Amino acid sequence: MSLLSVRDLTVKFAMRDNTVTALNQISFDLAKGERLGIVGESGAGKSITGFSLMNLLSRPGYIDSGQILFGGQDITQLSEAEMRKIRGNRMAMIFQDPMVTLNPVLTIGQQMVETLRAHRSLSKAEAEQIAILKLREVYIPSPEERLNQYPHELSGGMRQRIIIAMALLLDPELIIADEPTTALDVTIQADIMELLLELCQSNKVGLILITHDLGVVSQMTERTLVMYAGRLIEAGPTREIINDPQHPYTQGLINALPQQTLPGQRLKQIPGNMPSLTAIPTGCPFSPRCEYAVDHCRKILPEIVRYGQVEVACHEVSRLQNTNFEEASA
Amino acid sequence: MSTASQQTKPLLELKGLEKRFDLDKGFLETVKLRGGRLTRERRSVHAVNNVSLNVDRGEALCIVGESGCGKSTVARLVAGLLSPTGGEIHYDGDRIDDRSRAAMMPLRKKMQMIFQNPYASLNPRMTIQQALEEPVRHHNPQMNRGEVRDKVAEVMRSVGVDPSWSSRYPHEFSGGQRQRIAIARALTVDPEFIIADEPISALDVSIQAQVLNLMLEAKDERGLTYFFITHDLSVVEHFGTRVAVLYLGTLCELADTRTLFENPKHPYTKALLSAVPKLKDEGPSHIRLQGEIPTPINLPQGCPFQTRCAFANARCRESRPRPLLQTDGSTVACHAVEEGRLDG
Repeated sequence: MSLLSVRDLTVKFAMRDNTVTALNQISFDLAKGERLGIVGESGAGKSITGFSLMNLLSRPGYIDSGQILFGGQDITQLSEAEMRKIRGNRMAMIFQDPMVTLNPVLTIGQQMVETLRAHRSLSKAEAEQIAILKLREVYIPSPEERLNQYPHELSGGMRQRIIIAMALLLDPELIIADEPTTALDVTIQADIMELLLELCQSNKVGLILITHDLGVVSQMTERTLVMYAGRLIEAGPTREIINDPQHPYTQGLINALPQQTLPGQRLKQIPGNMPSLTAIPTGCPFSPRCEYAVDHCRKILPEIVRYGQVEVACHEVSRLQNTNFEEASA
Repeated sequence: MSTASQQTKPLLELKGLEKRFDLDKGFLETVKLRGGRLTRERRSVHAVNNVSLNVDRGEALCIVGESGCGKSTVARLVAGLLSPTGGEIHYDGDRIDDRSRAAMMPLRKKMQMIFQNPYASLNPRMTIQQALEEPVRHHNPQMNRGEVRDKVAEVMRSVGVDPSWSSRYPHEFSGGQRQRIAIARALTVDPEFIIADEPISALDVSIQAQVLNLMLEAKDERGLTYFFITHDLSVVEHFGTRVAVLYLGTLCELADTRTLFENPKHPYTKALLSAVPKLKDEGPSHIRLQGEIPTPINLPQGCPFQTRCAFANARCRESRPRPLLQTDGSTVACHAVEEGRLDG
């Protein structure tokens, strides 16, 4: 059985004059210990997906329909009290900015002990021992001293390590990391990513990595979801998606990277911008920017269809696949 | 120094550029109690240390490095927004760092700057038309209204912004469009030299490609010279003709883009290149550096990189390496490279 199973998740935001659909019928599964990447540009709905999985959406956002089955239990139906037992305990989240996640007026030790004692009946001394152990796991030098330090006394890379240690504190089954290294320098990013990968592999922790960086997804994950304007448009094994993207948007995203073009040559850009959620075009949301779009695409929303290992939501791909199939059978 | 610079005069020359920011404001903050006695202590951030480099006409020189390496400070020094603590800046053969504001004015027309955040660099209370007209009027007082309008419309078209949108305000545009408008504003005065400080870092991948293409086009059509500050090495490989790598305000390596990417020499450059996640990577495979960037307040004696360098020895800890010209034309400041210790 999969660890996490998301079925037709739809998230809406109630605005003053209208209701905006931020996530539209998202479905995916995550096996135990699997690492999944969610990519897309700003406004695609990546972070909203992360927040929904933690059941952390706050007004005016709400889950309109769909299910989030975590270990077989639909967490969308849980009360806040029941959700608190899962959150931080069985699933944990790592955010982009460690300075916002850590409480600036509590020491690292106080924050870690507080989290531990909220979920387990431990003495303060026992909790501190576990905290020191976890800090050592993320290669924090002299962890005993760190416990008495405040977040501002530490560097950005060190803070993000502590966040990872805190996420691992209660041995969760799932970690959701939302752009965990975007605020860090490349050399520090590389260290943090390697650490995260190592910890997930050795502890069999599932990882959902939300990022805009396809290189990071390639290094870290086994499967990838590509999102656009609140919809899932392509999903499959990371290698397949990177080496042979099917959806024109995924192709565009990969081809737009500077390393895909010879130095000094024009980059292959995607024209236009991601639509605002208040004005999502009819039919395929990508059709106004898509070079393959035909009338059909502008009228009818493509369903997500499986081809081999990959699922794609695009009319043109299905037509190509059908002609191939007919040729093969003829 | 590239071979081209020996034939023609470089457009921009930085000679031993230094910038320090004093941390203590006023006399009282510098007074400290040490061992029962009052002493005066000045602490300062050594943002740029003895940086020398040239930019030739038509080049796109990229300055790369991690946060706190002083790359933005170098950009601001060149643009004249900060004045250096030491060293000289020469533009087109003339020294410019000691000029008064009034004497800098004619240069501002030739030298324009593009900033990272297009949300902060456009005045929210000015329409696009007003924002774009202002520099044209300021630098060309002889132009009449019609000429100014024509100029603005022409530049807007060249950056792919519809001139009919000119009465709109910045908040009505997306990030990518705003950055185009910021570029348009820099181009309205027909500059020859553009200082761009992380111009695409705040944008999404597909929009980054649009803006980079625009900057490449402007380079070809207008013969622009770029001084391009970025932390993104894949952009450097695509856009830059030469690259300068900074670490803690010190120049580590300066080379042609191809040479740098094919044959990086400085241990820091190697680590930096290996840390960039690549599309085809299966798992991380970077050179691990020890520790993190030290603060530029108390720079280590000797090589600034020695605290994280796997090749550092006693000499590295004592004396600061000087930038030395290599056989392939690159310049590297590293004792280990000089002594050939890295190859073994």
